[in-house]
Amino acid sequence: MEIFGIPIQAFLGQLLLGLVNGSFYAMLSLGLAVIFGLLGIVNFAHGAFYMMGAYVAFVSLDVFGLNYWITLLLAPLLVGTVGVILERTLLKRLYKIDPIYGLLLTFGLALIAEGVFREFFGVSGQSYPVPELLQGATNLGFMILPNYRAWVVFASLSVCLSTWFVIERTRLGSYLRAGTENPQLVQAFGINVPMMVMLTYGAGCGLAALAGVLAAPVIQINPLMGSNLIIVVFAVVVIGGMGSIMGAIITGVVLGLIEGLTKVFYPEASNIVVFVIMAIVLLIRPAGLFGKEA
Amino acid sequence: MKLKKIISALGIAGLSMVGISAQAQISGDVIRIGFITDLSGLYADIDGPAGAEAIRMAIADLGGAVAGKKIELLVADHQNKPDVAAAKAREWFDTQGVDMLVGGTNSGTALAMAKVAQEKKKLFIAIGAGTSALTNEQCNAYTIHYAYDTVALAKGTGGAVVKAGGKSWYFLTADYAFGASLQNDTANVVKAAGGTVVGSVKHPLSASDFSSFLLQAQGSKAQILGLANAGGDTINAIKAANEFGITKSMKLAGLLVFINDIHSLGLKSTQGMYLTDSWYWNKDAETRTWSRKFFEKLKRMPSSLQAADYSAASQYLQAVKATGTDDSDKVSAQMKKTKINDIFAKGGYIREDGRMIHDMYLMQVKTPEKSVEPWDYYNVVETIKGEAAFTTKAESKCASWK
Amino acid sequence: MQTQNTSKQKPQRWALIGLSICLALLIAAPFIGIYPIFMMKALCYAMFAMAFNLLMGFTGLLSFGHAAFFGAAGYTTGLLIRSFGWSPEMGVLAGTVIASVCGLGVGLIAIRRQGIYFAMVTLAMAQMFYFVFLQAPFTGGEDGLQGVPRGKLLGLVSLENDLSLYFVLLAVFAAVFMFVIRIVHSPYGQVLKAIRENESRAISLGYNVNKYKLMAFVLSTAIAGLAGSMKTLALGFVTLNDAHWSLSGEVILMTLLGGLGTFTGPALGAFTIIGLQNFLADQVGSWINVIIGVIFVICVVAFRRGFIGELKHWMTLRHKA
Repeated sequence: MEIFGIPIQAFLGQLLLGLVNGSFYAMLSLGLAVIFGLLGIVNFAHGAFYMMGAYVAFVSLDVFGLNYWITLLLAPLLVGTVGVILERTLLKRLYKIDPIYGLLLTFGLALIAEGVFREFFGVSGQSYPVPELLQGATNLGFMILPNYRAWVVFASLSVCLSTWFVIERTRLGSYLRAGTENPQLVQAFGINVPMMVMLTYGAGCGLAALAGVLAAPVIQINPLMGSNLIIVVFAVVVIGGMGSIMGAIITGVVLGLIEGLTKVFYPEASNIVVFVIMAIVLLIRPAGLFGKEA
Repeated sequence: MKLKKIISALGIAGLSMVGISAQAQISGDVIRIGFITDLSGLYADIDGPAGAEAIRMAIADLGGAVAGKKIELLVADHQNKPDVAAAKAREWFDTQGVDMLVGGTNSGTALAMAKVAQEKKKLFIAIGAGTSALTNEQCNAYTIHYAYDTVALAKGTGGAVVKAGGKSWYFLTADYAFGASLQNDTANVVKAAGGTVVGSVKHPLSASDFSSFLLQAQGSKAQILGLANAGGDTINAIKAANEFGITKSMKLAGLLVFINDIHSLGLKSTQGMYLTDSWYWNKDAETRTWSRKFFEKLKRMPSSLQAADYSAASQYLQAVKATGTDDSDKVSAQMKKTKINDIFAKGGYIREDGRMIHDMYLMQVKTPEKSVEPWDYYNVVETIKGEAAFTTKAESKCASWK
Repeated sequence: MQTQNTSKQKPQRWALIGLSICLALLIAAPFIGIYPIFMMKALCYAMFAMAFNLLMGFTGLLSFGHAAFFGAAGYTTGLLIRSFGWSPEMGVLAGTVIASVCGLGVGLIAIRRQGIYFAMVTLAMAQMFYFVFLQAPFTGGEDGLQGVPRGKLLGLVSLENDLSLYFVLLAVFAAVFMFVIRIVHSPYGQVLKAIRENESRAISLGYNVNKYKLMAFVLSTAIAGLAGSMKTLALGFVTLNDAHWSLSGEVILMTLLGGLGTFTGPALGAFTIIGLQNFLADQVGSWINVIIGVIFVICVVAFRRGFIGELKHWMTLRHKA
């Protein structure tokens, strides 16, 4: 059976893998979009937090024998705390000046994190076993899908949608959104804006770490896993529109699918297809697909 | 602008002094061996720091000095980057008085270093790298390719798998010099033996996720999945292939597999796999004795590369002893005259094109029950004579060996 | 009025003296035992940093993908010289031109966004270039483009000798340095400064801001390309590292460390970082990346003016006191 000249198995198989990748893109760009939308900081260190989440998973299992499910909760908390500390000590000082310095600072932090982890863990990568509950694979007919990958799609989309809901539909979310627009006014109403900002940053990093734990059984955990991914995620966020949460989620998933499709028809281009799309979107709609014109 | 300009001038000068890599000191009284390999990346286990130790063992076994001169070893990490390797090699030749360069893993770096060595007219012994280009298209008077190469691997494993019934092949190839070389040489062997190459896909070096490549492989419906990669990449590809059930419909042929990879993966997932290698620690009494010495120092059995590091260093130093000089032309001529009989090879010799000819071994991974002790992983199925394993004169693309 | 004039002449005289000392030291360097290849590498990166400074320090545009142009020129030059037998000066010229063309293309797309968005777009576009370099057969991918011969300059002077190439490179560096000073002090440069200080006001004054920004971008990428081409000549190879975003980050650090918006700052920063990498690499191995990261963080948080900037600031304070 063929579709567009490609056997349908290959087509659906790559599409499904693309969906898995897309869920990672969605989760990571969600964290980036949240931090940018509410703090105005482009968090270059997002990839490093993703990597740290994966390593927390690895170390928890290797050294402390904690299983995957505990780590799903533990890693975001730990890494989120690190994020909060960084925000309090370093990022806070840069709010009043050009946001470019925020980007540069997080870039430097990412370098440090990667370097340190490289020292301790080497570059060749560690592997993390798939948790028992999710082991095995299902034969879908057109491909054999490891159950774990199905879980990844489910988990990340649930997290994304719940986060969107919190921000766009709850009172807490409305405080956050108001706080970005006019911090002084919101503060005047008695809401502790700096505290909110700090926790938001922590939450964004926590999201990245959660993505890292989800990724651990799928890819080789190595200190460079974040930096390879972060630039694609930047492109996703630019395409989706930098302030839009739902935009980030949808764009992430769609781009993952498009990447998967490209792998079927023209594998060599799969790396650059996201950037080509970004260039096109910027020419037609500079604010991004879902973005609000600044 | 004023004073700051002076200070900035002094600053630039001062800091550029900080960056010097020692003043030019060609010392004639020390024999310096340089070793550039992957010390921390995906190939660190099969050669890496343990390879440096093997060279140190060779130096120690000769008493640390030869022909009245002390022997020194410099070690550097090329991080799998050819520019880092080439820059380091050049710097060592220019400013550290290095007499001989040993090349570790990663064919891209080996080709780069070979060029630098040729330019500086110093001896370069490539050990860890596999590309057959070193003694074919890129052959030159200063390059010796010591342990194995992609042709020998192709003739060994490729030939054996096709004979055992694997006629249609799909390649999963590491996207750089080594992968291309290995895929090419194996494809030639497969086609010559009546098989077919259905397709291939390239993956980036040190890839983190093989799933989409493996899916493409599966879609090709070939019988054999040829893994034209090494080290960490091979390990991850095999793991992913198991995870996605590829092994149910295709057989895996690891074209370059070292004992450290088997150790990492375990016998359960690799048993029955064919592989070709230049040496095995458990081959005979002599190799066992040396390997146990290695094991005592490093708590693991040596790979064929580490044994070759030892052997090449010893042979070089003995040639220096015999000629009484560290001049590359004279030592190289001496090495090409001498038969090699040591723990690594018996009756080995270095050919005009720089290729070291010695026996290769076609081996099969043991089942867990048959393995007697840790690292006892292989059965030697066949000893392939050197002349049959490597490129013949008729096949050679080396311009200066006709 | 009188005092103002003399106090302006004095710094200019000191500046000239300072620059002459710099030049003397640079000329003397290979003769006092400094490895010429190191110096050449440092000079190339210094030019690269100056190119970046033109864009960020004087125009206020942060490009996070400048390595793409450095690499593009490098690959062009390497390919033309090695595989097509072009002479070194034509190869370098071609590299610079290609880098400018790429700069024009990227600039046209990126200029549509401002500030931080601009930076992200340049980063993403540079990544696209990187992957093209990775896949294209002529670049050699992971193995890099090796064995680029140096040839003869204008068919007369053989550049194979390290010393000859060094002085050619030094001359190019000096020329670029003066060129940047000329641009900044020109009326065009004043407009760029105005754009950096307050873009909306510049627009309201009637300047076609986008055109000026685009020109600055193309100029900057041209110089970056020149630096990349010269580096190919000096070291004889081009690899993916030369187009990787980590290099883009490094050049930002060099400029920031030396002093954004100053003339000698970027060069000083480049020499410092290259020097550190060279000197410490053997001692500390891969900790060097951590050290670079720490320097980055310290620079951004507490040392935003950089060496020369801090010096200038201190001078101004002293003047006031």
